[in-house]
Amino acid sequence: MNNDIVVSVRELSKDYPGVKALDKVSLDIRKGEVHALIGENGAGKSTLIKMIAGAEHPDSGTIEIFGQQFTSLEPLLSKALGIATIYQEFNLFPDLTIYENIFMGEKFDRKVFPNLKQWEEDAKAIFKEMNVKIKVNKRVAEVTTAYMQLIEIAKAIAKDSKILIMDEPTAPLSNVEVDALFALIRHLKKKGVTIIYISHRMGEIFDITDRITVMRDGKKIITLDTDKTNRLELIHHMVNRDLGDNFPKREINNGDVVLEARHLCGNSSIAVKDVSFKLHGGEILGLGGLVGAGRTEVSRLLFGSDKLVSGEILIDGKLVNISSPKKAVLAGIGLVPEDRKQHGAIQELSIRENISLPIIKRISNSLFLDTDEENKRVVKQRDALSIKTPSLNQFAKNLSGGNQQKVVLAKWLASGCRILILDEPTRGVDVGAKQEIYKLIYELADQGIAILLVTTEMEELLGLCDRLLILSEGSCMGFIERNEFSQKSVLELASGNM
Amino acid sequence: MNDKKSISRIYNKFGNLLILAAIITIFSLLSPVFLTMTNWMNILRQVSMMAIVAVGFTMLLISGGLDLSIGSQIGVMGIVSGLLLTAGVNPILAVFIGVVATSVIGAFNGLIIVKFKVPPMMATIAMLTALRGLAFILCDGLPIYEIPKSIKFVGQGLLWGVIPVPVVIMLIIIALGIILLNKTYIGRYLFAVGSNSEATRLCGINVGQVKILSYTITGFLCGIAGIIMLGRVSSGQPNAADGFELDVLTAVVLGGVSVNGGRGSVSFAMIGVIIIGVLSNGMMLVGLSEYWQKLVKGAVLLIVIIIDSVRIQNSLKSTK
Repeated sequence: MNNDIVVSVRELSKDYPGVKALDKVSLDIRKGEVHALIGENGAGKSTLIKMIAGAEHPDSGTIEIFGQQFTSLEPLLSKALGIATIYQEFNLFPDLTIYENIFMGEKFDRKVFPNLKQWEEDAKAIFKEMNVKIKVNKRVAEVTTAYMQLIEIAKAIAKDSKILIMDEPTAPLSNVEVDALFALIRHLKKKGVTIIYISHRMGEIFDITDRITVMRDGKKIITLDTDKTNRLELIHHMVNRDLGDNFPKREINNGDVVLEARHLCGNSSIAVKDVSFKLHGGEILGLGGLVGAGRTEVSRLLFGSDKLVSGEILIDGKLVNISSPKKAVLAGIGLVPEDRKQHGAIQELSIRENISLPIIKRISNSLFLDTDEENKRVVKQRDALSIKTPSLNQFAKNLSGGNQQKVVLAKWLASGCRILILDEPTRGVDVGAKQEIYKLIYELADQGIAILLVTTEMEELLGLCDRLLILSEGSCMGFIERNEFSQKSVLELASGNM
Repeated sequence: MNDKKSISRIYNKFGNLLILAAIITIFSLLSPVFLTMTNWMNILRQVSMMAIVAVGFTMLLISGGLDLSIGSQIGVMGIVSGLLLTAGVNPILAVFIGVVATSVIGAFNGLIIVKFKVPPMMATIAMLTALRGLAFILCDGLPIYEIPKSIKFVGQGLLWGVIPVPVVIMLIIIALGIILLNKTYIGRYLFAVGSNSEATRLCGINVGQVKILSYTITGFLCGIAGIIMLGRVSSGQPNAADGFELDVLTAVVLGGVSVNGGRGSVSFAMIGVIIIGVLSNGMMLVGLSEYWQKLVKGAVLLIVIIIDSVRIQNSLKSTK
């Protein structure tokens, strides 16, 4: 075995109910390198680092740390081996001082009255070495997120960690803070610390890493030297799939422009910048891009979940003010949210109540429910979407994922909405139900409903949509017409090559 | 396993009825007067205020809210109306203004909780203290005794010589509550908001408004209960209904209304109210001291909450 290899996983597998989170992953990490792990959501990156950190146990395979072989690790064992993990959610005590946080539970002399002065001095020395100016007797709650991260790193240094795992460390940071973090990473690297670095941001991966491992669907796809690859190749490995023939051809039959977005700008964590597009009746417009491109953010702006900073939304050529979901629904927009269980079907309500919820006020006689009218409309949608259930009084939670998704669609159809935003409509839905949902989407479009489809799945973008709008880092990179559809054309725009 | 399931289903449906039946059986064996008509009218009159507020409290819990300031609201209502009555204001107008006051207080509670996203428990504990203080300030700490006959009648009178007026008011409020919750779209909204407020918001429903409404209804019903209180004790007492919130909360939870929102019904909550009423009445008849009564009531609440929690966890397991 090569002495340079500090972490070596072999044939690591892990099954969660219904998902193969890791599928025989083998990977070597060399001493002193910055090794990037990249891949779309659900690719298995987090699961892999949890195995190395000891937070999860693999079903099979081995993990070798500094030449010692294990079939599984425990958090304490992993720490003792010199591995420190910085998760996205920090593991700090907000009401304790910075120096207390650094040594809390880690200090080797477990005295009842620890030498706090010594802790403080030691902490100062560590930050000095890190080249970070900070008052170590401040409470953690008083510092910014960027500093919290630095404190986490200081904790790792205090423990003399040899391997540092960082899960999307730059996500909460501003540009200046990112520069500071990178300076620190380079410094640690010089000291021989190995860093495993998870990130969605292409730019920084090329800035800071030595090698890159691409994962997809729980498998390791390839490990590349950073200086011998490029964005396009990486993205190709990240999202490339064999596109099955799941999608029947469809006559594109676009009506008038129903919705027009002009120069939309938002200020959520992924800021939408100057996004404009037109959506026609009966059109399926796909909103594509990599993770963090701002797809969901655009849909939130259109639905009034987030406030527009600037820009205009026109429906049927008329300017509308969509400042809340209520106004969006009144304007004829429906949203099928990404997280079906949390935001879509209300689990504790019956199918009937779920479907009629947006219109229940409209079809009531002043205050009073018109149950006949309600029933009529709900039954109509149940039949139209063939929701499989013995009774409409069944709780939504008793339905399968696919049928729940149909309930969410049914609710918008019953409300007579003309613009439908579908955010990852097939996530967590089994293959058969996916086909049904695809067919439904076609039918809806054929009925003249304008559809904005937000999806990470390449095959859905290319298979379902009439036209694509590709985003990158919140900006509109361009449109792709049906006759120019290809993985390559999507990836070129999505990778943000301007 | 199937057996276990059906037992738990029977409990879910009729559990509190079974508890009630058990309590009634025990007390009727222990006390000869317990099962008399007079005693039952007594029980109903005693629970009428609790039942009226519990109707609002049920809606509040269903929508995911909580209001611990209800006792203090009743205190404020009594003092406000009492002061107006002393000043010679027409009794109907005086109690009307009192009810408006508690409705506004309820709306204010809701507004604070919605706008500033304060946990309902903390916001209304603050209001519990502040409103009680307000009641004492308004009357300078002195009870108000000039209560006209008409209001005493509301608290103490009998209709047709048998049915206490508070019981009639209670029945009307219960009926209205059942209708509002089951026959109107507002009831539907309350359930939806309590089950999943974010998903409800994404259906284009103004969730904040619904929540504020549920607090306002509770405030309104506190006002109604306040009229009865005023008449029953023939005076406006600044410390009226002290600790009332715990009785109502106990009763409603006993009635199977989930403290986590989204589940419950007025009629079942009323069973909870009657359980509390029967328990207090029975323990008194049997001669149990007030200290023991407190211990028993607290123990009953604890047991019921544990059962509720276990039930929720079981239902979570069954969805997985």
